[in-house]
Amino acid sequence: MAADINKHAHQEHPLALYLKVWCLLFILSSLSYLVDYMHLQGLLRWTLILGFMFLKVALIISVFMHMMWERMALICAILIPPLSLSFFIGIMLLESNYTLLSRLTFFSQP
Amino acid sequence: MRSEQGDTEVGLKGLVKDWSGDKEAFDVPWGKAMMWIFLLSDTFVFSCFLIGYMVVRMSAVDAWPLPSEVFALEIGGQPIPLVLIAIMTFILITSSGTMAMAVNYGYRKDKKKAASLMLLTAALGLCFVGMQAFEWSKLIAEGVRPWSNPFGAAQFGAVFFMITGFHGLHVSIGVIYLSLVAIKILKGHYAAQGNYEIVEITGLYWHFVDLVWVFIFALFYLW
Repeated sequence: MAADINKHAHQEHPLALYLKVWCLLFILSSLSYLVDYMHLQGLLRWTLILGFMFLKVALIISVFMHMMWERMALICAILIPPLSLSFFIGIMLLESNYTLLSRLTFFSQP
Repeated sequence: MRSEQGDTEVGLKGLVKDWSGDKEAFDVPWGKAMMWIFLLSDTFVFSCFLIGYMVVRMSAVDAWPLPSEVFALEIGGQPIPLVLIAIMTFILITSSGTMAMAVNYGYRKDKKKAASLMLLTAALGLCFVGMQAFEWSKLIAEGVRPWSNPFGAAQFGAVFFMITGFHGLHVSIGVIYLSLVAIKILKGHYAAQGNYEIVEITGLYWHFVDLVWVFIFALFYLW
């Protein structure tokens, strides 16, 4: 049993790594707040927001949630299913465009 | 890994035989695997909310209220856009950092430091919920309701209360969960087994709450 308990005890990482990631998260949050503060608009705004968002998400999942040290079986089981959401987002994009079009065509005030 | 005998079982019996085959798919403590699977299901719940938000925002005929103005606070007579949201974001990231440190000390079996860092994380979470309560009451006083609001598209209120409310509920549950586990650690519950995996499992939940906020912050407040 002793061996069993200590089987997963290999996950000791230097504190410095966590502190660095912590700093990075602070910087990324400040940058995404600045996007709003500087009133950036249009495509530049959306790319920056999404870019900073995905960077933060990747840092949190891989380091804070220890995903980069897990085995491939767990990584795939957890990270692949949410990809199906992109299909969901796609069909809902089409649907909401259609709804907007119908509303403008049939319900707008003359 | 399948035995010759397993191959002879067909139909439902075969299914049971195969799925109950004594195999370990994930080389992690079962509590951690279960927490990951719970978080996966929670990912889908929050995704449904955020996709629903996308749909109502894209199909709204009236102009969507500008979050940067709706959530501005007056400080020194000047409106500063999103300032409270920015502070909430920094508080949550700080709490994620203290949680990561707690997990690290859990692995080092330093129960005092792990537990006190967890309590600090819970306190920061409580701060976050308090600021959210302030934000809610401010918006409600300004006349924002789930069915209407003075700023623009009526759907704004419904989306705001539902998404931030559900996230706030997660933070509140996380605060309770963290405090309970920290108290159990201090009482020496886990000392007998000599392993503090529970810290990492609790940490996974807390980091997930932070993760969801990253999406809400980007897609709801900044977009």
